[in-house]
Formats: sequence, structure tokens, C-alpha cells
Amino acid sequence: MSNTDGRRWHDMGGKEAGPLSFDQHDFALWEKRVDALMVLCGQKGLFSVDGLRRALEDMGEDAFETMSYYERWIAATNQNLLEAGAYTVQELGEKMEEVAGRGPTYGEAQDG
Amino acid sequence: MPHDHPSHSHEGMSPSGHPYREDNDAALTYWQRMEIAVRELLIEKGLVSSEEIARQIDAMDARSPANGAAVVARAWTDPDFKERLLQDASAASREMGFDIGPLHLIAVENTDTTHNLIVCTLCSCYPRNLLGLPPDWYKTRAYRSRAVIEPRAVLREFGLELPDDVQVRVHDSTADMRYIVLPARPAGTEGMSEEQLAALVTRDSMIGTGLPRRP
Amino acid sequence: MAERVRVRSMMPPGHVRAPAYLRGKTGEIERELGRFANPEQLAYGLEAEKQPLYRVRFTMAEIWGEAAERPTDTIDAEIYGHWLERL
Repeated sequence: MSNTDGRRWHDMGGKEAGPLSFDQHDFALWEKRVDALMVLCGQKGLFSVDGLRRALEDMGEDAFETMSYYERWIAATNQNLLEAGAYTVQELGEKMEEVAGRGPTYGEAQDG
Repeated sequence: MPHDHPSHSHEGMSPSGHPYREDNDAALTYWQRMEIAVRELLIEKGLVSSEEIARQIDAMDARSPANGAAVVARAWTDPDFKERLLQDASAASREMGFDIGPLHLIAVENTDTTHNLIVCTLCSCYPRNLLGLPPDWYKTRAYRSRAVIEPRAVLREFGLELPDDVQVRVHDSTADMRYIVLPARPAGTEGMSEEQLAALVTRDSMIGTGLPRRP
Repeated sequence: MAERVRVRSMMPPGHVRAPAYLRGKTGEIERELGRFANPEQLAYGLEAEKQPLYRVRFTMAEIWGEAAERPTDTIDAEIYGHWLERL
């Protein structure tokens, strides 16, 4: 997106947009877990809400359009936890590999 | 009014009337793998416990528009409480026993001449610690973009046509405060109990995209 | 008498909570909210200074001019003190 005035993509007030959509879904367990991790890590001082927002904003408009709400929030949570030194990129990569090896569905992979 | 009146007749719908999110039986996604990995790393490092996570999920599940409805109904029946609510909505909510954490809440009052509407144009700030998680439409580009430039057109899409002599006040939740609308008490509710009144208070009426049900 | 303020019109990159549609616009302080940590520092994991936070009320006419849906409707937003110029 060309940017001539410095306005950032997430700053949406007053922009052109289509009709409202009233689609609604219930939250899945993994989404509730992401929500809980965000709140708990914030309470423990590992990051701030503004740190999460900053990571979301920096992910760009494409992420907003293509990823679901909690997909973006786990990405932003992870970004902040890496920055806080909670774990390393290598530890995360190895753990995600291990999780993938447990089975093809969330139900099979969710508990180590 | 598509959202406050869930239907119970659709197959494949949850008790709340919405489709179940594909979950445990669907193919594991990259982002689900990340959630599992992050959660387990945090537990292994002693930063968060699995009990804390379970408690936090329960606490969030326990928050719902019914909490806000109880606050509104109390304000409708107790003038002193209403005054305290408009002065400090966090303290008034806690006074009723609701665990709202560190929420800074401001209540804005609808009257014969004023209609309030809540939005967050920068992300999707919402009084979640009182009302629970926001509806999906609250987080959409359409709502976030349009609520501040054409609130009356937005309200019409919710089925709400405001009289000409009513002023709209939009509240953009840009920083540390969260907002709840104190809707006007519907006519014809004289003599109703606080509990009966609370049943008239919809989630949307506390965001300003709807009005309370009529008795 | 409500105090009149203008939101600064600068457009730096980075994490900012003053919405673009209000920058350069004039409003009235509706209430003072106390002092809160500056999100522009919090966002980067830095020690954050406390800034005074205000609720500022703008008219639709001021924000959108001729395009206003109803000129006398209003928008309230929370703006940190370092984004406001007193008039």
C-alpha cells in the first residue's frame, strides 16, 4: 500500500469500508488459551498491552486480512515473549516440531 | 437485529446459536502449534502454571453481558447507585461483586436527547472484564472505520433509527479507559423488579448499537 | 469554561494512540483522567513516563467538515497530554 501521509493501516477511523457483517463464532479452546496467555503474561510483567498492539500493527495489513483474530494475537504474544527473553527462537522451533509430531489434530497435539 | 436473539433451531450450532469453531478434530494449524508450544514453554520455565491458565479461562468465561445488565438494572432502580456509577463505573461494578480486574470503566448515559456509541478505531478495546469478549462485528474493519464518520448509518444497519432531536456521542476507546452505555429505562417498566429489568438489557444496548428490549 | 485544545498534527511512525482522523483537530477537554504510562514507551518494553490523559470532545463538523453526517454530533477520545496543544 502506498503511504504518502504517514497514516498506518490499523488506524481505521473514518476510512472507507463496506457494510457491517454480523457473522459470529464461538471461541475454540485454543483461542481461549491464547487469550488467557495474553492476560497472564501481561499480569506478570512479561509484556504490556501496548507491546502486543505494537507487534500486531507491525505485522501489517496483510496479516489483518488473512489471519484470524487469535492467530494474530498468538503471533504478537510470541513476538513479545521472544523479546522479553522468556524462551529462545531455537526452543520455540524445537517445541513446535515436537508438537507437530504428536498427531495431525489439535486434540492429539494439545498436551505434551 | 441479528445478534442478541440467538436461534436454537439450526443444526451444527452451539447452544448460543453460533457455529462451532473448528477445533479439536480439524487439522492442526501452524498457529495452533505455536499456541501449544508457547504455553508449554511458559509452563516448563515456571513463568505460568497450567492451573493459572485454567483459572483465567474460567474467569473470562464467567464474564458476560449479564454482568453489565445487572449493573444497568441496579442503576435504573437505585438513584444513589446510578450517581456512583456515573461517577466511577469501576467502583460501582466492584460494589456489586463483579471481578473486573484493573479495568478503568466509564459509564455514559443515554437520555431523551443523547445517544452514546462505543468503538475502538485503533484496535478493538472493549469492556471485556465486565461484559466478556466482544462480538465479532465489533472487531471488524467496517465497524471500526465507519462508527466515527457515519454513526447514524451504522446504527441503521443494526436496525436502530434515531430521532432527529437526539444527539449522537461516539466514544473512541483510544487509551486506558473502557466504556459502557447506561441505556435509558424503557417506558412501561414501572414496578418491575431489578431482575426483570436486567433481562431487558442487551449487550448491544450497552455498546450503543441497540436499545433495551421492551417489556 | 471548557478548555480548548488541538491534537498535534505530526505523523511519526511507531506505536501511537492518537488516531490520525483527530490529528490537527480542535476540541474541548471533557474531563481529566489522571496520569497514565506513555504507550509510546510501553510498546517497546521501555520504562514509561506517566503522562496526563484527557477526554477530549470534538464535533463532527470540526473533524469531517462538509462531509459530516450530522455536524452537531460529537466524538470523545482519550488523548495523552504530550499530543495536545492548549489554545
